[in-house]
Amino acid sequence: MNGPHDLGGQHGMGPVAPEPNEPYFHAEWERQALGVTISCGAFGAWTLDESRHARENIPPATYLAASYYEIWIRALEVLLQRHGFVSAAELAEGRMLEKGAAPKRVLKADMVAAVLAKGGPCDRPLDTAPRFAAGERVRTRNFNPTTHTRLPRYARDKVGVVETVQGSFVFPDDNAHGRGENPQWVYTVVFDGGEIWGEGAAPGLTVSIDAWESYLEPV
Amino acid sequence: MSHDHDDHHHQDNHFSPMEARVRALETILTQKGLIDPQAIDAIVETYETKIGPRNGARVVAKAWAEPDFADWLRRDATEAIASLSYTGRQGEHMRAVFNDAQTHNLVVCTLCSCYPWSVLGLPPVWYKAPAYRSRAVIDPRGVLEEFGVTLSPDKKIRVWDSTAELRYLVIPERPAGTEGLDQAALADLVTRDAMIGTGLALAPEARP
Repeated sequence: MNGPHDLGGQHGMGPVAPEPNEPYFHAEWERQALGVTISCGAFGAWTLDESRHARENIPPATYLAASYYEIWIRALEVLLQRHGFVSAAELAEGRMLEKGAAPKRVLKADMVAAVLAKGGPCDRPLDTAPRFAAGERVRTRNFNPTTHTRLPRYARDKVGVVETVQGSFVFPDDNAHGRGENPQWVYTVVFDGGEIWGEGAAPGLTVSIDAWESYLEPV
Repeated sequence: MSHDHDDHHHQDNHFSPMEARVRALETILTQKGLIDPQAIDAIVETYETKIGPRNGARVVAKAWAEPDFADWLRRDATEAIASLSYTGRQGEHMRAVFNDAQTHNLVVCTLCSCYPWSVLGLPPVWYKAPAYRSRAVIDPRGVLEEFGVTLSPDKKIRVWDSTAELRYLVIPERPAGTEGLDQAALADLVTRDAMIGTGLALAPEARP
């Protein structure tokens, strides 16, 4: 979707403002936001792709004004309601009113080290050969789905070169919507700055994206 | 209703809106048995004390000191990094990209906040914020200036937008005058920003 998250190339967002000796957390609630988000992810009720899409669906004015932990929490509330774990009335009241759905697993303290160490690998074997090879010129597709995609707007309908065939991975555009993992080959595709930004592009700039095969067409 | 059990004796109105919001969510989930407060503490402790940019600095120092390890990183960064026991969440599929005399690498996630947690820990606020995510791909030199980094005009810049599940670690150029340093001393020169590409490795005289 062409949501507020798709920020590459936008103007007016101000200076970057790095903070010297930045703490990991700027408030106690951010600690809890991290822990609650990871704990609820461990239910196994939704995928990382679905959670990304929930974040993208936060209204633009809210999204752009929010810290990233706030974005996480707002999206988590949506996911918990969508999957029946928490109701809107409970969120409004701040307490349990009904039992709700039961998750496949609840993350306990003694499971944390193993769960974090395992992570969530997204590579999947694929029987078919990659359609494109390193060195090949490709054009990214031009599309504007209202659903989840990982092809940024700035990199649509652009000609680049496949640098690396990176392996086969879960396809987020399907997986975010419960349509299955449907793995595809993923390629690192490199674009000249001028191809993307046209006149006035920064000299000596190249930009790469990691693109699923269906984002690409032969040139 | 009594609140004698904690420090907050009054209504929630002295909390910030987000603090109140997260507390409410935590309360509901705890009442339902869906979260374990001790698990949350363990997650936070992991990222406050165990997994952070010192991990990545050791990877870089080893790559500088051992050409075979650098080759391994180029071929299979996930396995090479796993040999140092840095694995797991948001480091499942690692790629190492090497700065050299011709090219400076810069990593961003324009679409969200993808970041190599296993080697760099939790991302800083600016990495996840709109200014960096919007400008890194179109004005990387301007962004670098804000970090106090001025590259020579003839240096090429390669920006890696982490749009899939690959996570990128920049291997900065080894500073001059570091020939006599062991890997622990070399690692002290490797800042978090140098491994994102928004900084350079420190000169030995700037060693903290």
